[in-house]
Amino acid sequence: MPAPEQRRIIFKHIDEDGYTNDLACYVRHGGYETLKKAVARKPEELIDEVKKSGLRGRGGAGFPCGVKWGLVDRKSGKPIYLVVNADESEPGTFKDRYIMHQDPHQLIEGIMITCFANNVKLAYIYIRGEFPHGARILESAIAEAKAAGFVGPGILGTSYGCEIYVHRGAGAYICGEETGLIESLEGKRPYPRIKPPYFPAVLGLYQCPTIVNNVETLCHVKYIVEVGGEAYAKIGTPNNTGTRILCVSGHVQRPGYYEYEVGKITLGQLLHEVCGGPLPGRTFKAVIPGGSSAKVLKAGERFKGKRKIGAGMVDYDWGIEDVPMDFDSLAMIGSMGGSGGVIVMDDSVDMVAALANINAFYAHESCGQCTPCREGSLWMKRISSRMIHGEARAEDGALLKSVADQIAGRTICAFGEACSWPTQSFLAKFGDEFKAYPETKKAPKGDQALELV
Amino acid sequence: MMNLKSETLARIEDVIPHYPSKRSATLPLLHLIQEDIGFIPQEAIEWVATKLELQPINVYEVVTFYPMFRQKPIGRRHIKVCRTLSCALMGGYKTCETFEKEFGAKCGEVSADGEVTIEFVECLASCGTAPVVLIDDDLHEKVDVAKARQLSDQIKQEAARRA
Repeated sequence: MPAPEQRRIIFKHIDEDGYTNDLACYVRHGGYETLKKAVARKPEELIDEVKKSGLRGRGGAGFPCGVKWGLVDRKSGKPIYLVVNADESEPGTFKDRYIMHQDPHQLIEGIMITCFANNVKLAYIYIRGEFPHGARILESAIAEAKAAGFVGPGILGTSYGCEIYVHRGAGAYICGEETGLIESLEGKRPYPRIKPPYFPAVLGLYQCPTIVNNVETLCHVKYIVEVGGEAYAKIGTPNNTGTRILCVSGHVQRPGYYEYEVGKITLGQLLHEVCGGPLPGRTFKAVIPGGSSAKVLKAGERFKGKRKIGAGMVDYDWGIEDVPMDFDSLAMIGSMGGSGGVIVMDDSVDMVAALANINAFYAHESCGQCTPCREGSLWMKRISSRMIHGEARAEDGALLKSVADQIAGRTICAFGEACSWPTQSFLAKFGDEFKAYPETKKAPKGDQALELV
Repeated sequence: MMNLKSETLARIEDVIPHYPSKRSATLPLLHLIQEDIGFIPQEAIEWVATKLELQPINVYEVVTFYPMFRQKPIGRRHIKVCRTLSCALMGGYKTCETFEKEFGAKCGEVSADGEVTIEFVECLASCGTAPVVLIDDDLHEKVDVAKARQLSDQIKQEAARRA
């Protein structure tokens, strides 16, 4: 079946000739019209539209946005904050970068609608430190929007006001974890907080109710308010509504970002048709479908079971090419849609080295607060790195897995899972390669073999 | 003595009221100081602590946690090569090696002439145009060996013009 057409809603103007990131251009393309309509409505109605839309967060966990907003403590008498998670750091993910650099006002409009709907008077955009231009672009966009009355006190002639400030991170992946981000925004080390009691919706920034939403999610909010929650819910597939930006990197002919209705395109269509298939003379070996912490899929593996379609249960028997790119299907086959970052590896890749690369990342990024993660992520790095650069033993795979198994579920935040899933899934699917590694290492390496760690 | 530009001082005064709690201004102040003088000296830690009504340890623990803050000066130019998987799959390690050869400096070191610091960093979020390199504030995409040599030449020419 041929791949469907892209449906560009969030990336409508990305890379468009003549489209610039200033206010005039945005307004010329209908910008801030949705905000004007929004402030004429009741805030509760806007929250209701988002609930009806079925929008799920685009940062990684896929938590329903309307539910998240519904959890906010509105009776505490404390201010409510919005924190925009623009700390895009999950390896394989590169979508928010383009929104912020090329279409910052789309994000600002989404922020202002969200703030108005939730009675937020102060919002922060926490942008990763490695986007210095992005931070400056956002700052000047906010200043422009403020001068035009879209941001700041008394927006659009109403009595409602809200300030937005840009806050730069400084190179730590853990700041993408929402409670770590909040700690960082408070000027501390980004040690994630334990939940309960520190659910951001109740005890977030400065111990006040706080909404943390991803950049792409907030752009969807803008579109939902524009077209209505019910109309939005018709895009995509049930429980996986709207569009999502899929970022493809690694060994394909045409890597890049593609926006599709959620669940309307399969992994096979995405990789073979949209991305042009493997590089010349190569075949696909493995795919990580939702950012580097998502469990790896192996070319040729099959998934069988029953899934819900409408009211009934239907059998499915999928190869990896058949898997629809939505939250539920990817979870059903034991991985996740995560942040939408699809990393592709072809048959030239040494899976032990690939895992060693990922392990080095997580060892570098563990915040060090919980012992299993701080020690375990380092040991996984050291063992897998030794397999490549030193002596490899047939039992190293089992050793790696035993370390990973002792991290997941024993940490304050989901980093514990994020750092163990790669090891667990690489071992489950490519265990033979790990076992045979002492022998494999003796064979001469091809000229093409790339160093990965 | 730490000598901050008047512009930096003005931006510091400007950013503190962005937050209901002064402590939140720790990262912004450290960024501004590092942009101005190139690193975070001990006296800056104490200065920020006084400014934000904190103890020096509160600032020190931030400086030592976040990879982007440094306590020592670096080269005039900062080359950050992405090390993470998508870039490595497209030859990121060769890219890094090329810069090391071009400037005769290892990763994490300053070149002998003080011109560059080369660093391997984790994912820069531009995986679709791998391998990527951040030179000072500018992102360079699809930096294969040839492009790494070309960028190195450019840096050397700019250094020569300044000399």
